[in-house]
Amino acid sequence: MNRRAIAAIIRKDLTVVLQSKAVMIPIVIVPLVIFIFLPTVVGLAGPALINLPGGQEQFLARLPAGLRAALEGLSPTQQPVVLALVYLFAPLYLIVPLMVASVIAADSFAGEKERKTLEALIYSPVSDRDLFVAKLLSAWLPAVAAGLFGFVVYALASNLAAWGVMGRVFFPTWMWLVLVVWVMPAVAGMGLGVSVMVSSKVKSFQEAYQIGGVVVLPILLLVVGQIAGVMVFSVWLVLLLGLVLWGLTAILLWYGSRSFARSELIAQL
Amino acid sequence: MLEVADLVKHYGPVRAVDGISFSVKPGEVFGLLGHNGAGKTTTIRLLNGVLRPTSGTARVFGLCPINDGLTVRQRSGVLTETPSLEERLSARQNLRYYADLYGVEASQVPGRFEALLQTFELSEVGDGRVGGFSKGMKQRLALCRALLHQPELLYLDEPTAGLDPVAARRVIALIREQSRVGGRTVVICTHNLGEAEQICDRVAVLERGKLLAIGTPAELARAYQHSAKVLIEVAPETIEQALACARGFEGVEARAENGQLSLTGLSRQRIPELVAALVKLDVSVYRVEPQEASLEDVYFALHQRADQPPQAHPAPEVKA
Repeated sequence: MNRRAIAAIIRKDLTVVLQSKAVMIPIVIVPLVIFIFLPTVVGLAGPALINLPGGQEQFLARLPAGLRAALEGLSPTQQPVVLALVYLFAPLYLIVPLMVASVIAADSFAGEKERKTLEALIYSPVSDRDLFVAKLLSAWLPAVAAGLFGFVVYALASNLAAWGVMGRVFFPTWMWLVLVVWVMPAVAGMGLGVSVMVSSKVKSFQEAYQIGGVVVLPILLLVVGQIAGVMVFSVWLVLLLGLVLWGLTAILLWYGSRSFARSELIAQL
Repeated sequence: MLEVADLVKHYGPVRAVDGISFSVKPGEVFGLLGHNGAGKTTTIRLLNGVLRPTSGTARVFGLCPINDGLTVRQRSGVLTETPSLEERLSARQNLRYYADLYGVEASQVPGRFEALLQTFELSEVGDGRVGGFSKGMKQRLALCRALLHQPELLYLDEPTAGLDPVAARRVIALIREQSRVGGRTVVICTHNLGEAEQICDRVAVLERGKLLAIGTPAELARAYQHSAKVLIEVAPETIEQALACARGFEGVEARAENGQLSLTGLSRQRIPELVAALVKLDVSVYRVEPQEASLEDVYFALHQRADQPPQAHPAPEVKA
């Protein structure tokens, strides 16, 4: 494995990404909303803002037993805060690494085609495998870094903003730690896998980004599942979810790697 | 340095390269001439192991580009048709990136950057974003990149395409310097015939993936002399007589042009025969001026023949 070349490709891709407004705007705005704005608003004004359908008691009665038990020890003002920040927003958190991976991968794969910089790279003495690994890492590493950094920011924002209601450090929970360590990297990988596949069929960053955007749908289903109380995150569910996502990621990347041969890439130029 | 035997590449029903054979010696500047779609770029891709041939063989440095693609590409430099530079980065950042990809020794990187940027007159803009460069500057920077790892073999795909005459002349001079002074083997793809004539030791003419002819520009000019003009100045009062006489020679087209005969289709060997015939008719011959065929004449003659139905002309002789 040509580590120097891989590092160079990652460094170059990230430098280029940092200079692209089209890539950086969603990468900055969405995390600001999810990691800072939402926990701050819910933490400061949560009890007043969260108007649970059918009243708090009825809503809590419909929740799964495990979750009800988790909330039962809390005061009525604490319950909606914990419900939102710990449970309802957990799938939203996953949107950030997913989006960062998708956007950077779209720029890295389809963007190179669009900018006509791929041909010189193809003529370089870097193997197909190293090129593929470098391109994956250049999107996956920042996505995971964004996820980890976002988690820290979210934890700080949640605890600080909700201090008045909670009076203690209530975040993160074990479920969140599993989500961050096990599921979040898999979600980033899945976004990457979809982007790689889409990028091999399209010629511009925008096309890849827009088509690759469908990957956010399963996450939105998780959000709906949480709100509806159909599928509430627990440590075991999150472990299982991670397993499924890693499996999906592996399949997507395997297919993606098949279209990442020099001869295939150059034929698209 | 480079051996190609019966190389074929099909894209579905399209024969991009159709059984071409040639060799290039070390230190030679070899031109691949042809219209767009003639198969020049595909040939370069095949020689770099970027594409797998449908059939036939290619050996570069004695290696198979498919099996030893990394080594072949490590020892070769390619100037692609578009500069293929990252416009959001500076010239030095672009070079740094490729120095890492080609494994240029870290201690040699700064010295090489400066030497190349100086040679290609880009030192002052080395830290400027490539997006702000003119087309000529980008092409020179792309040449820097192709030479960064000091390749033994340099492929140049349309190196002056889209450049203004001044920038094109500058790039040609730099290429010539690389081959003459640097001793590099250069394969240049172009449809700019004047450029090929200036810098190529030998050229191969391609048409729809087929090799039409190969040789030095002078050899080709001689081989296709029939397409060149011969001007004959005769006494004005005998010009009609001279025209009639010339038209009697098989394959010769004759017309009066500025008071003299302008003949095409007359080979160099048949000039004495025509002059003797004119003298025999009492035509006063003052001057005979065979005009050497340029590479451009040869090129168009070859393409004209290639465009005709196959039975209309014999296959052109190909010199190895």
